Amino acid sequence: MAHDPVISMLGTTALLLEAHGETSLETQQTIWSLSAQVCNWPEVLEAVPGMNNLMLCFRKPPLDPQPLIARLLDAWRAAKPMAVEGRTIELPVVYGGEAGPHMADVMAHTGLDAHEIAEIHSAPLYPVYALGSHPGYCYLGGMDHRIATPRRKTPVLKIPGGAVSIGGFQTGVSASDGPSGWNTIGSTSMSFFDVTKQPPTLLQPGDSIRFRIERVVG
Amino acid sequence: MIEVLSSTALATVQDLGRFGALGWGVSHSGAMDRLALAAGNILLGNDDNSAAVEIPIFPFRVRFHHACNIVLTGADHQARLDDQPLQPWLVAPVRAGQVLTVERGGPSRWQASRVYLCVAGGIDVPLALGSRSTQLRGQFGGYQGRTLQQGDHLPVGVASDLHCPAGMGVVPPALSMPLMVEGTQAIRVLRAAEYEAFTDHSCAEFWAKNWKITSQSDRYGYRLAGPMIEPKLPLELRSHGIVPGVIQVPHGGQPIIQMRDAQPSGGYPKIGTVIDADLWRLGQVQIGSSVRFVEVSWPEAVKALQDVTDWLEEVRRMVALGRTVQKGAGHDQ
Repeated sequence: MAHDPVISMLGTTALLLEAHGETSLETQQTIWSLSAQVCNWPEVLEAVPGMNNLMLCFRKPPLDPQPLIARLLDAWRAAKPMAVEGRTIELPVVYGGEAGPHMADVMAHTGLDAHEIAEIHSAPLYPVYALGSHPGYCYLGGMDHRIATPRRKTPVLKIPGGAVSIGGFQTGVSASDGPSGWNTIGSTSMSFFDVTKQPPTLLQPGDSIRFRIERVVG
Repeated sequence: MIEVLSSTALATVQDLGRFGALGWGVSHSGAMDRLALAAGNILLGNDDNSAAVEIPIFPFRVRFHHACNIVLTGADHQARLDDQPLQPWLVAPVRAGQVLTVERGGPSRWQASRVYLCVAGGIDVPLALGSRSTQLRGQFGGYQGRTLQQGDHLPVGVASDLHCPAGMGVVPPALSMPLMVEGTQAIRVLRAAEYEAFTDHSCAEFWAKNWKITSQSDRYGYRLAGPMIEPKLPLELRSHGIVPGVIQVPHGGQPIIQMRDAQPSGGYPKIGTVIDADLWRLGQVQIGSSVRFVEVSWPEAVKALQDVTDWLEEVRRMVALGRTVQKGAGHDQ
């Protein structure tokens, strides 16, 4: 790695390691590898991958975090990307109209029309980089930067489960109703989380999602 | 069994939280005032992590179908068992059939908003991913994954004999560990990763001004109203793990503090994080009131957490002492 990652504290509860550079699958594979290793460290309660970053929650905050940070940086420099052979699921999406209340904002920001946005959005195979936000929600890598749109100035208090949305350079699908700061461009239906199953999530990091255009409204 | 008699908007079953499931997108949940919950459990001889009912809206009424010991911790609201006044933070025996009512009204001896109904044996709902806390977003855990409703029957676990004698209790931490700045509730904060990305003026205002807890505040997060907090340049971050206490500043310039039901990841820039040791205080702040942020160093934040641990250990020692005294008195008779 050309640069060391940036490490910052999240109160006394956790620390955050953020990799440098453009978001990439290779960096994410190194994050998975680091996560699998450090989650066994005695002072770590949970290791939680994000988008090219990793949060470590402490069992108890260290009196001095520097030795742990130094050990983490050593582990990062030594970590090798860990490829995961996941499975792929296909999700049919209705883009725009009532299913995509913020499609107009994405059109205004990108200068593209709804059909172009749907085409660009449904083209890639999206690897699941990490889970987060709410039970079963997947953060996806590989969105085309032409449709990147900033997060909303104020989060929306409730968007429905199945909402397909764009936040900055990222895209994802809501697994249940709830607040979100992202721009909803479409809708799909799929159950991503079942607490009675082990694991309870439909998808794991390393799996992939393909969006298929069912319909474009507008 | 405890029967819910009132339509208890937003009351939930909570323990200390659900840990180890962030990687599935499942947040910690748990009591907003974990100190009140843990102390109530210690007074009753429960495990610190036993589940109780968190009550944010009043009046609240329940009927006990079996005799048991209870203690109300958290806020100083008006409570009675049938028509007898009930003091908060004191262990009380309840007879089968008695009705507990908790209402607002009358002078409060300390500022707090949530009451915890702790019961000897704990609220015995099934464990979900290792916790009895209600996961509202995921609709699991707690009582059927939702807020309590009139007619719900809450199961109670088996009580231990390690409880504090009835009529004994502790001085609430809001009185024994107050934290105020110029008459306003103070909340201690560590700088977060993007602190330097905000303008110097915004950072100065962040520490100097009062922040109002707006009505758009709940177990997920507190939306604040105060001076505009502006970044030097617009900032889009990659989604990353966050924890309760993280203070994000969306592009609108008004901060949001993540609370216990907050999502476990986010991407808005972070100006600071409320230290773990003060989350119980923040969890008790009333909507419409104000807080002031006080900057602390890492060693101060770790020390503050130790103070909280020490306070709980003191409660534990006091309860053990109370049992010894009672036992001794019994032998004398």
